[in-house]
Amino acid sequence: MEIEFNTVRKAYNVCLPDSSRDQPWTLKSYQANGGYQALEKILREKTPASEIIEALKASNLRGRGGAGFPVGVKWSFMPRDADGQKYVICNSDEGEPGTCKDRDILRLNPHALIEGMTIGGYVMGATVGYNYMRGEFWQPYEVMERAMKEARQAGYLGHNLLDSGFDFNLYSHLGAGAYICGEETALLNSLEGLKGEPRFKPPFPATFGLYGKPTTINNTESFASVPAILRGNGKWMNSQWFKDLGVENSGGVKVFSVTGHVKLPGNYEIKMGTPFSELLKMAGGVWKGRKLKAVIPGGSSVPVMPAINIMKANMDYDSLQQNGSAVGAGSVIIMDETTDMVKVLERISCFYFEESCGQCTPCREGTGWLYRIIRRINNGHGTMADLDTLLDVANRIEGRTICALGDAAAWPVQSFLKHFGHEFEAKVMAMDGLYAASAGRAGAAANPANATADSA
Amino acid sequence: MLDKVLLSDASLQEIDNELDKYPKDRRQSALLAALRIAQEEHNWLSDELIEYVAEVIGVPPVRAFEVATFYSMYDLKPVGRHKINVCTNISCMLRGCDQIVNYLQNKLGIGFGETTADGKFTLKEVECLAACAGAPMMQIGRDYYENLSPEKIDTILQALP
Repeated sequence: MEIEFNTVRKAYNVCLPDSSRDQPWTLKSYQANGGYQALEKILREKTPASEIIEALKASNLRGRGGAGFPVGVKWSFMPRDADGQKYVICNSDEGEPGTCKDRDILRLNPHALIEGMTIGGYVMGATVGYNYMRGEFWQPYEVMERAMKEARQAGYLGHNLLDSGFDFNLYSHLGAGAYICGEETALLNSLEGLKGEPRFKPPFPATFGLYGKPTTINNTESFASVPAILRGNGKWMNSQWFKDLGVENSGGVKVFSVTGHVKLPGNYEIKMGTPFSELLKMAGGVWKGRKLKAVIPGGSSVPVMPAINIMKANMDYDSLQQNGSAVGAGSVIIMDETTDMVKVLERISCFYFEESCGQCTPCREGTGWLYRIIRRINNGHGTMADLDTLLDVANRIEGRTICALGDAAAWPVQSFLKHFGHEFEAKVMAMDGLYAASAGRAGAAANPANATADSA
Repeated sequence: MLDKVLLSDASLQEIDNELDKYPKDRRQSALLAALRIAQEEHNWLSDELIEYVAEVIGVPPVRAFEVATFYSMYDLKPVGRHKINVCTNISCMLRGCDQIVNYLQNKLGIGFGETTADGKFTLKEVECLAACAGAPMMQIGRDYYENLSPEKIDTILQALP
């Protein structure tokens, strides 16, 4: 099987293999680069789980799926010594618009994920793992199946791993097309063969997860980072090495998917805390010699940043937050000076409307409402009152739903209006002007009866 | 128990393989896969087929209907031999998916959700497929096609049986 490599622009050999490696998805290549050393050592020496958890805490590895919760802390929540079945689950339901890193990890470095999950199983006392991949991921699925077969034959998966007495069985589970299944409790329901509707929390998955059993769910990149962290760049369990690659509160390296109006779109595995301006330079700068207008730094759910804010920010949790946004899934969407921000927000809102699972009223009704208003404004039928309604609806969704999809729909609206409100006003006023100019129709655009004609 | 057999032995075997992944008393976990396998054999999921899958898995029909109607990859009416899924989300939009969509619609003479008269192609608009670094992109069947241009689309479509 040949797999295209060209989307990896920069690799640190933690989650992404660099281009010098021949067929990095094979067991042979992975082992030649330190792969499975960590698992072998742990199984041979029966390393206490608490030591591994402490190492992960010290590495400052934070969840790469979007929430940024420390991985070591999450693993410590599992009641590892409790009786009964426990599960580790990988969230490979990558669907946040602008995110394309997990697909490359699955295709190019499947063994890193397998090793990370198996170590997770060992630490948390789970003998079964599921890797939930989105239904469209056929190629990653096939690569994973083949890699899991290799791992089973080598004794890294299955019964009595390397004669240690520890069992770990890993299975691939394919979704069937639903962004919401990236939400961890919706994912659990989907794994149980149900609609992907998020569950109330608490209880949290660590106590009541898959089939009601203790469960830990981590993102693909989080699991795949674990083996390299424990190898510690040549010094066993030297997780300080990983921490020091990054900055305070943001340990290590992370994959950023740089897409949109940029010369070299691709995945960049870089040190946390790298200035955005440097990342942009690596990506060849804004395409066509144009100027930067705005950036969404973490996928469509996080607030948009005007060029002036992002240019002074670094790619880490604290810096992006201080400058008004978030790392999210590390999906850096670049927009040049010609970008129509109303059109972008219309597309984003359409997405959340389409993907709301429909369980909570504020989200089910609100996302449609937001989309219809923005579409109306973009089509030139908006009113000034619409701008207030837009913000009002967004504010009333935020924090009032079972899961974060409602917030994710609200944040872009709030931030686009905050930073680019003038573009929305301009579209409204352009039409007001037209109406005012045509005799007898002055103020028509402000008439709700007309305004709703486009809101079906 | 099943008075009519709607799936081939190969498909039923594949469903059994999926069932092996889950605890014996958790057969419903294989429901998503079973519907996918049934759809692959029959091109689309009729009500009769959904009920049949429910019976194979051993769940009430309503469970299978819930799933079949919730997830976007299930087709509840016939589709063409090749389903073309074009991403129009932000990263693809910023890199000109409008042009790709126009080109496909003109070339095939159909809009989104429609099938060509010869039953060869169905065109679908989809949300982000996580290949944003190769935008604009589309998926046909199981395969991704990235960095699309009209010329590239001509070559891709021509190669399909």
